[in-house]
Amino acid sequence: MTTVATRAPSARMNDPRRLLSLAWTLAYTDWKLRFYGSVLGYVWTLARPFAFFGVIYFVFTEIVNLGAGVRFYAPYILFSMVLFQFFGEITTQSLTSLVHRENLLRKMRFPRLVIPLAVVITALLNLSMTLVAVLIFAVIAGVTPHWGWFELPLLIVLLCMFASGVGMVLSVLFIRYRDIQPIWEVFAQMLFYASPILYVATSVPEAYQRPYVANPLAAIFTEVRHAMLDPTAAGAAEAIGGWPRLLIPLGIIFGCFALGIWAFRREAPRIAEHL
Amino acid sequence: MSTLLDDRTEARARKLATAPIAVSLSGVSKTFRLPHQRYSTLKERALHPFRSRTFDELRAVQDVNLDIRQGEFFGIVGRNGSGKSTLLKCLAGIYSADTGTVTVSGRLAPFIELGVGLNGDLTARDNVMINAVLLGLSRQQAKERFEDIIAFAELEDFLDLKLKNYSSGMTVRLAFSVSVQVDADVLLVDEVLAVGDAAFQQKCFEQFQRLKDQGKTIILVTHDMAAVERFCDRAMLIEKGEVLSIGDPHDISRAYNELNFGRLQHEGVERGRSGDHAAAEIVEAWFESGGERVGALAQGEHLEIAMRVRFHDTVENPIFGFALRNEMGHTVFATSSALRNLETGTFHAGDQTVVRVGVEHRFAPSLYKLTPSVARAGAGADALDMREDLTQVMLHATVTSGGLIDPEHTFEVERG
Repeated sequence: MTTVATRAPSARMNDPRRLLSLAWTLAYTDWKLRFYGSVLGYVWTLARPFAFFGVIYFVFTEIVNLGAGVRFYAPYILFSMVLFQFFGEITTQSLTSLVHRENLLRKMRFPRLVIPLAVVITALLNLSMTLVAVLIFAVIAGVTPHWGWFELPLLIVLLCMFASGVGMVLSVLFIRYRDIQPIWEVFAQMLFYASPILYVATSVPEAYQRPYVANPLAAIFTEVRHAMLDPTAAGAAEAIGGWPRLLIPLGIIFGCFALGIWAFRREAPRIAEHL
Repeated sequence: MSTLLDDRTEARARKLATAPIAVSLSGVSKTFRLPHQRYSTLKERALHPFRSRTFDELRAVQDVNLDIRQGEFFGIVGRNGSGKSTLLKCLAGIYSADTGTVTVSGRLAPFIELGVGLNGDLTARDNVMINAVLLGLSRQQAKERFEDIIAFAELEDFLDLKLKNYSSGMTVRLAFSVSVQVDADVLLVDEVLAVGDAAFQQKCFEQFQRLKDQGKTIILVTHDMAAVERFCDRAMLIEKGEVLSIGDPHDISRAYNELNFGRLQHEGVERGRSGDHAAAEIVEAWFESGGERVGALAQGEHLEIAMRVRFHDTVENPIFGFALRNEMGHTVFATSSALRNLETGTFHAGDQTVVRVGVEHRFAPSLYKLTPSVARAGAGADALDMREDLTQVMLHATVTSGGLIDPEHTFEVERG
């Protein structure tokens, strides 16, 4: 029999299997509940990005003509919107996740990291389902599948790290300051227009382009365009002006992730009493 | 009590005394800071960056030292807000103690309440699986034990019903059934026995007995003194975060009752007064134990009932009487000097006397009201003064038998 001193639950604790099975159980339950009792189920996951996409596409090609000269403009908008939605889902869900799971946190001892991890898993489940439709759409629009597509998982991992890092910071802040939620909503809205979603990064004036791509979202979406849709379009490295400079968006991504982990681990033992 | 049972208890006590320690707390304290002005928004914090942050300290748990041995059934009792649940959370590792250490040998169940994480929108089937994983089983184990869980909860017919359509009793049954399947050496239980119907409660008790026999260590937080006496090997009374005493469950539950009832001032609401109280007047009446006036008393102790009478005229051989009524209004005890053939003597104007009756408190737990009376001797027993329900006392017991009184008695079972 082993002797363990019980301490307050840390972020991780020492059983990765339990961490994963708990996170998976919570995530899967949430994901399942989302469509429970709805007839259309899966279709609803697609409805939002596709409906939004339809409007945007009409406005920006027919009225404003922003997509002039951009190959595969339509699939690009769809891709970047779905990826941004993924980023938005992780951050906003993480934000309220701890308060939302109050009942569990106050009544049970388990690694606290389960909570943000479950948010990420749910978002990944949703993303994988929409991505299938997006890829089909891209092929219909004339994109030919090629080796570059294998870069997508890596880009999603980077996006995931960025989003969960930001999400973890937000989640612990939200326990103390309840106005983080509206603040973040405004901020996310700003980020939406400040990132190349409705337009492409290369159409940003030359003078701003390099600092513009320092935004991790801009770098990722630009690379997605290069890897997934149009290999002739500039990738993230080219848009920012050389490989070494890519360290800036990458640094921001890893920095956010590290900050998120640090903040979360620091607060983890006391989450239950501050709720 | 049969000697067989005593032997078993003794054997168990001997076994426990040498068992290794399962849970050990030393110097555990937990203080919460309650800010006077809580800044819950960033805006407020930014607008008043220098406003002093004052706060009250709530000492929820103070310097608790405790060793619980393996296989022991340990009760923690205390009034609301006494710190029981905080202590349990420190034990469970949900809160971190400010000072001191908590050491647990063996696997500790990770939950302190039933039904954590149950979801009303899912079916019982899904909920059992989810709950089992939350409580620490692997998915494989959860699948294997699914049948047992459902059978124990007796919910075979409602498997595909959403949990929100369950009655609260059914939900609790489901939650309890899952939680007893958890493999843990140390179980923490916060108030569980008060739920479910009688049959299910019995089942829970049996399950507790089984866990006890299996040598599991169980820590139970409760208000139910009968459960404490029935199951616990030892118990602890906690008040305002401090341990008042640790010891025999019977003594602890008595102390708990005293803590509860001892603080209430039992000034009775006088219901009526008969007699003109011109010649003699009852000034006051009270209850005494051990030379002190009391408002509450534990079963088995000596109770004195007393009244003070002042005379305004000469009265020969007055009859003093007492009647004790329970909450239902039944007179459970009555006596008088006439019934005892007592010569009380002659009293004159200005005399005062104190009349006392001593009795063993063997009454069922209830609030008792006292009606003292003084009457003139002779046929007709002309009441001089009778004050109905003048004062009251809370007589408590740790076990409720259901009878009106619980006299000392013998109990034998003979064969043949």
